[in-house]
Amino acid sequence: MKLLGELAVPIIIAFVMVYSLRRGTDVFGGMTEGAKDGLKTVIGILPALITLLPCIYMLRASGAVDALCSLLSPILARLGIPAETVPLMLLRPLSGSGALAVGSDIIKSSGADSFAGRCAAVMLGSTETTFYVIAVYFGAAGIKNSRHAIPAALIADLTGFLAAAFFVRLFWG
Amino acid sequence: MLLFNYIIVLMVVFSIVFGALNGNLTALSAAAVAGAKDAVTLSLSLCGMICLWCGVMELMRRSGLSGKLSRLLRPMLAKLYPTAAKDPETMDALSSNVSANLLGLGNAATPAGIKAAVGLKRLSGRASASDELCLLVVMNSASIQLLPVTVASLRASFGASAPFDILPAVWLSSLLSVSAGIFAAKLLARFTRP
Repeated sequence: MKLLGELAVPIIIAFVMVYSLRRGTDVFGGMTEGAKDGLKTVIGILPALITLLPCIYMLRASGAVDALCSLLSPILARLGIPAETVPLMLLRPLSGSGALAVGSDIIKSSGADSFAGRCAAVMLGSTETTFYVIAVYFGAAGIKNSRHAIPAALIADLTGFLAAAFFVRLFWG
Repeated sequence: MLLFNYIIVLMVVFSIVFGALNGNLTALSAAAVAGAKDAVTLSLSLCGMICLWCGVMELMRRSGLSGKLSRLLRPMLAKLYPTAAKDPETMDALSSNVSANLLGLGNAATPAGIKAAVGLKRLSGRASASDELCLLVVMNSASIQLLPVTVASLRASFGASAPFDILPAVWLSSLLSVSAGIFAAKLLARFTRP
């Protein structure tokens, strides 16, 4: 299973390139054009990270993050979730760049290959910015009454968090 | 967005209050400097992989590979969205939204998703969100991305031995999360007035 994850990137790159070549698509032109778009994405993330990371680092340096984590850790321990991921779970549905900033802070301070660091990465990879998605889609469609969309989406997020901790424990526990 | 403004201001205010209480005040300015510096180094280290992946995704789009995936998904989606299945235009937008999400084509997923949302609203003819529109939003707010490249590069930049080894865990967690979302949407739909 872990090998599959490691091989995914080279296999996908090779597959897409061979397929494109056979279809007569300009491989180099397409890759470089896409990379140019990627630069725009990175430039879009940078100002948000510059704003958010100092706030998050200050909060951690003050001891507030540790206090919040140790406050919630007895409940979370029962669910198998590492307390270090609390800030990530709180911010994940609200802000994509905020979650990226908090996630990088957790991965940095706990270690990329630690239980908490891996959990944070899996949580980040298996959930989305719920409230942003809801605002954009319902806003565009002109919907005022969102009915059960928010609770159902939050149930999905919560399941994602629990599952992340469960599978990281299962694979590396 | 308003809520988020309060959150970041509260973070800074709390850090000063807690810092004063814990006697950590001197660490705060070093933390702010380190945060700003890390933002730049982190963006730089993520830049290569994000750009490479955007290149691969552009190639998927140009070669028609993402269109192919979108056609493959259509029969399965027609079962989840019976009303949308009757309208080819909405179904088109819906399947390209889901396939773009799977491939991580965020820039293509949102416009297609919005088009599908507008189509679903039109088909339902109601002011409140129809069951299928709620389902669309739930599926978009649960990540179904096959390759979370940004997260893997994040791990790589902090020294992970095998940055992509989390993929199977991500896939299984996403699968459970999306299934729970779909199940919750179907169940809760009975209790909310359309």
